Amino acid sequence: MSEFQTNSRVIKWIEYRLPIFSYVNEHLVDYPAPKNLNYAYNFGSLAGIMLVMQIVTGIVLAMHYTPHVDHAFDSVEHIMRDVNYGWLMRYMHSNGASMFFIVVYIHIFRGLYYGSYKSPREVLWFLGIIILLLMMATAFMGYVLPWGQMSFWGATVITNLFSAIPLVGDSVVTWLWGGFAVDNPTLNRFYSLHYLLPFVLVGIVFLHLWALHHRKSNNPLGIDIKGPQDTIPFHPYYTVKDALGIAVFGIFFAAFLFFMPNALGEPENYIKADPLVTPPHIVPEWYFLPFYAILRAIPDKLGGVIAMFAAIFVLFVLPWLDTSRVRSATFRPIYKQMFWLFVIICLVLGWCGAKPAEGIYLTISRVGTFLYFAFFALLPFVGRFERPRPLPESINAAVLKSGGGGAIPEGAAAKAEERG
Amino acid sequence: MRGIGNLVVALALGLGLGSLAATPVQAAGEVREPLTRDWSHAGPFGTFDRASIQRGMLVYRQVCAACHGLEYIAFRNLVEIGLTEDEAKVIAAEYEITDGPDDVGDMFERPGKLSDYYPSPFPNANAARAANGGALPPDLSLVVKSRKGGENYLYSLLVGYEDPPADVELGDTQHYNPYFPGGAISMAPPLLEDIVEYPDGTSATVEQMAYDVTNFLTWTAEPRLEDRKQLGVKVIIFLVLFSILMYAVKRKVWADVH
Repeated sequence: MSEFQTNSRVIKWIEYRLPIFSYVNEHLVDYPAPKNLNYAYNFGSLAGIMLVMQIVTGIVLAMHYTPHVDHAFDSVEHIMRDVNYGWLMRYMHSNGASMFFIVVYIHIFRGLYYGSYKSPREVLWFLGIIILLLMMATAFMGYVLPWGQMSFWGATVITNLFSAIPLVGDSVVTWLWGGFAVDNPTLNRFYSLHYLLPFVLVGIVFLHLWALHHRKSNNPLGIDIKGPQDTIPFHPYYTVKDALGIAVFGIFFAAFLFFMPNALGEPENYIKADPLVTPPHIVPEWYFLPFYAILRAIPDKLGGVIAMFAAIFVLFVLPWLDTSRVRSATFRPIYKQMFWLFVIICLVLGWCGAKPAEGIYLTISRVGTFLYFAFFALLPFVGRFERPRPLPESINAAVLKSGGGGAIPEGAAAKAEERG
Repeated sequence: MRGIGNLVVALALGLGLGSLAATPVQAAGEVREPLTRDWSHAGPFGTFDRASIQRGMLVYRQVCAACHGLEYIAFRNLVEIGLTEDEAKVIAAEYEITDGPDDVGDMFERPGKLSDYYPSPFPNANAARAANGGALPPDLSLVVKSRKGGENYLYSLLVGYEDPPADVELGDTQHYNPYFPGGAISMAPPLLEDIVEYPDGTSATVEQMAYDVTNFLTWTAEPRLEDRKQLGVKVIIFLVLFSILMYAVKRKVWADVH
């Protein structure tokens, strides 16, 4: 890790007054990253790219969109039909939201698997949860903006949840709506906040990266960096690896964007909002479905709301619930099984969220909700009783020893073996 | 590598669920699965069948337009389905458009221009309901995108009228259509053999007219479909090549790590 050096007098002049070049060099070029990060670690940079893409397309859409109950739907159709490449901007933005959630959910599950929430990265983890919460709020309000049937009724159902708060619930809902029903003031404030929150997100993302770069990245082995032999500079190793990830994920994104742009949305939202006609099934966007299932699994309204929020807020206490001193699930035989069960539980809950809350779906939702929280409740005990497998000496030793660490590209691994 | 494999599986499962979420939640098997046709606009290389769309426009104008509006389509848009500007002008001029106010403050009627949108058959929703036994005929601009099953649903609905089964109670102005959610639909069977005469000599069977008008309404719902798919093919080709290049660069850069 060499100090930043330059021969350019202009750069030296600026650098003396604002050390921006050495800052960039420190964080994007020389930044020491563990040499064993696998492709699961691509999703952080992908999430950053998605945030930027959402902001850029969103700003363009805002130039053509009209936040008024009488014009919002028409202005979106105007974007789709008359604005040059408006359809592209709008589909990028609407599918981009889904892609952003796919990326972030994988990113979170990766953190769960490799114990990235453990000391000394708790604050990094908290900032991540705050990012998730802000993303959810932003996505929810964004979905309201086209003012289709699902926009309107989704907004009505979700804002009504707050009426479950004892005593002040109804007042809170009126305050949220800016009136006595979801109407123009609601749309206007959602638009305002939908434009604001992404920039708040950018700020939190910077804190997230600050915390990351301060204590350095976790890695698939979950052991600490012990010295320069364990790390490689971010550039070119991870810039090129991230670029590959962006390209491959881009193919996946483009497949949706260009060939099935409405597959992840509800057809009903292509009908203008009508406060007098309730759609037969009010379903949130897919990325909220597990939480929607938890909400509906509890027979009591307030209880459901509490359970739904608890499902996310429980992540804040995760660093203390997990008592194991080993980070990576690779060395935790019981936790590893629990983790994959937890992934399946989340997927099943998501599936239930898309179904009517009745009969067998409701039963499965209830079992799923119980198991979801059971996962967290069991962690303190698992940490005590589990016998972790022995940890490798160091990242470098593990990387040199075998190609099975999960981190090494096959070709490079083969070469390492050849060298003995 | 196992962790990655598992993540991929989880991702695939998640996607499966995502698409499940988008599939219709059917009310206890009441709605029949739509028939399927080979649509020329389907698939990654799909393009509009303009001859069919033009015939479909005729069906819309002579049949559907009696009750259904097409609010997002302007006469100028007709150039996109292969009409010349003059032909579009002629069609526009067949419609009376309310304009104004004029210099003395009165509204007046004039023939339609290219910049006008298809006029609604009713002045407002209440008038539409009053004329249709209480049912509101939906605007058709987005009907293909706003119904589960899309073009297959619309086609099936148009050809799918049947005599009601014994256990189905219909209102006075209702008809039975197994593809319609609930089965009881207020729209009378709109298409009858030879209800329109195609200038290109195509025989106007119910299936043919349903196919044509569905093609037309697919275009009205998603007029930029061809641009989208053509750009998509280019973008995917670029991203595949870029991925291969990045993979090669990555292998080269990482070769010295171990």
